[in-house]
Amino acid sequence: MNNRSSLGSKLVASPYIVWSVLFIIAPLIFVVYYSFTDAAGNFTFENIMSLSKYAPTFLRSIWFGIVATVICLLIAFPIAYIISQKTEKVQRTLVMLVMLPMWMSFLIRTYSWMALLQDTGIINNLLGKLGIDPVHMINTSGAVILGMVYNFLPYMIMPIYSVMAKLDHSMVEACQDLGGNRLTVIRRCIIPMSMPGIVSGITMVFVPSVSTFYISQKLGGGSFDLIGDVIERQFQQSYNYNLGASISLVLMILILICMAVMNRFSGDEEGMVI
Amino acid sequence: MNKNAIIDLKNISVTFGNNQVLKDLNLYIRDKEFITFLGPSGCGKTTTLRIIAGFIEPDEGEVIFEGKKINGVPPHKRQVNTIFQRYALFPHLNVYENVAFGLRIKKVPEKQIKETVEEMLALVNLTGFNKRNINSLSGGQQQRVAIARALAVKPRVLLLDEPLGALDLKLRKDMQAELKKIQQRLGITFVYVTHDQEEALSMSDTVVVMDGGVIQQIGTPLDIYNEPKNAFVADFIGESNILDGVMIADGLVDFSGHRFECLDKGFGKNEAVDVVVRPEDVDVVEPEKGMLCGVVTSVTFKGVHFEIIVDIGGFKWMIQTTDYQPEGAQIGLFIEPDAIHIMKKSEYSGIYGDYSSFSEEFDELSNAEEEVEE
Repeated sequence: MNNRSSLGSKLVASPYIVWSVLFIIAPLIFVVYYSFTDAAGNFTFENIMSLSKYAPTFLRSIWFGIVATVICLLIAFPIAYIISQKTEKVQRTLVMLVMLPMWMSFLIRTYSWMALLQDTGIINNLLGKLGIDPVHMINTSGAVILGMVYNFLPYMIMPIYSVMAKLDHSMVEACQDLGGNRLTVIRRCIIPMSMPGIVSGITMVFVPSVSTFYISQKLGGGSFDLIGDVIERQFQQSYNYNLGASISLVLMILILICMAVMNRFSGDEEGMVI
Repeated sequence: MNKNAIIDLKNISVTFGNNQVLKDLNLYIRDKEFITFLGPSGCGKTTTLRIIAGFIEPDEGEVIFEGKKINGVPPHKRQVNTIFQRYALFPHLNVYENVAFGLRIKKVPEKQIKETVEEMLALVNLTGFNKRNINSLSGGQQQRVAIARALAVKPRVLLLDEPLGALDLKLRKDMQAELKKIQQRLGITFVYVTHDQEEALSMSDTVVVMDGGVIQQIGTPLDIYNEPKNAFVADFIGESNILDGVMIADGLVDFSGHRFECLDKGFGKNEAVDVVVRPEDVDVVEPEKGMLCGVVTSVTFKGVHFEIIVDIGGFKWMIQTTDYQPEGAQIGLFIEPDAIHIMKKSEYSGIYGDYSSFSEEFDELSNAEEEVEE
């Protein structure tokens, strides 16, 4: 009986095991393999050793990732809170509006920002009509971060909203009852209790922001090379799979370290991240 | 109004959508008393409590606290604290921090916080639980933390919204006694909401019976039980046989085809009234010696007594007796004058008090009573 049920559960699990081996474990093994071999397939540390020259790019990626994540959090928290306070019907509509941009391709959305931000773009045209001097926006670090925030904001709003929507309102009342004004309620009650959502939101924004490659090319004009761009070039232009793989590996490790540090700060919300 | 009143509710009306929850409610609560709002669900008792707490603003009427109108004053500025139905403890904080919560908001010095928290935890018998996680506590322990948390900020009035509803019977009994003790020890006003009449009678100084957003009767537990004002109160508090009667003269009433002596006076001659006879006040006698005669249709053993249903001229009486009477037996009933309570006719007349649908509906109607007698 026991045997049969465990055989059954193995059968049920098998597609997922095959899936994980094929698409998660195998690629990881390839990444590790390429990282430590040269073009001829011989074992080497050369790829890893040569990475020091990319240190500024790594740092910039992580810095941009942090800035974008913080901005996303600052924007998303109030939005999620406001949505969660509405009636269920309004909530559904607002959630759909948040998701709406994601129905369009990531590339198209980024192209549209180019059209908006260019020196002769839509925004500057409008400013010109109002008699204001054009503002240089495209190809700045601000534009790159704007692109990240815009693209990844829904990934911050959704997890925070879904935790907030489930908060027991009597907790908020208990906090008011014990003398908490609106600010205290948010600071001592809503923020700590939304922590699981905040932590997963941060992960879901930080990871893709750090490793993104397209936004910086289109909105940064190549002057804000991010580590994702370097990796992409190794595979698409230089055909140096070994170097590309080793950069990816290091990036992965750096992201894991960042997440571990953050998990430490967010207390015991284990299991919420990744 | 009353000089002792700490809270005074004047002409309170509340409407949610099309549903009028409270209708012109007037009530004062004396300082240091244990007052209970009792009624079935939807009677407006919790709404009244939430008006005092400040979570609901009445559409009409005044809320007065120590002589000052507090309509519009937000909950955090009121000197009242609430024990919520499901405790509403903060899951991200341990026991100590939960109890300290209100004190931290008030920026009380750390040393004093520690003293107060220890004192409160001792009061609710949770000394040593400081570091425990809220989710690792049992329902009864969570309840105690909630009480300690509310009392730590030294409220003038403690509001309790069916606080024992989630506990099992034994624990509920213990907590009832404990709450009463805490209330007497601290000398603060408790406003308690419950649908459990037994709980209300055993704990309160004053009971407010509510139904349909209207106060049906205010009085001491004894008053409410012995002198119910109308058929609703008579039925909701304990068990009652409620019959149609006619007042022949002062001290003389006619019901079930018999004239009874009673103690009530001041009704009009031949006025139609409701007559309440409690099941425990009826004596079972030989058929020929009885004032009334009937056939036993059902017998239930309840431990302390038998609960028998007797058919008298089509009306089913409930009688509690220690003598076993078999089903189908002819028995007589004897009723003393002081066992008969006369009430004026009300909108509730004719709805309650007949035990013909005993088995099903009765169970539903007085669940609380049933549980107590288990």
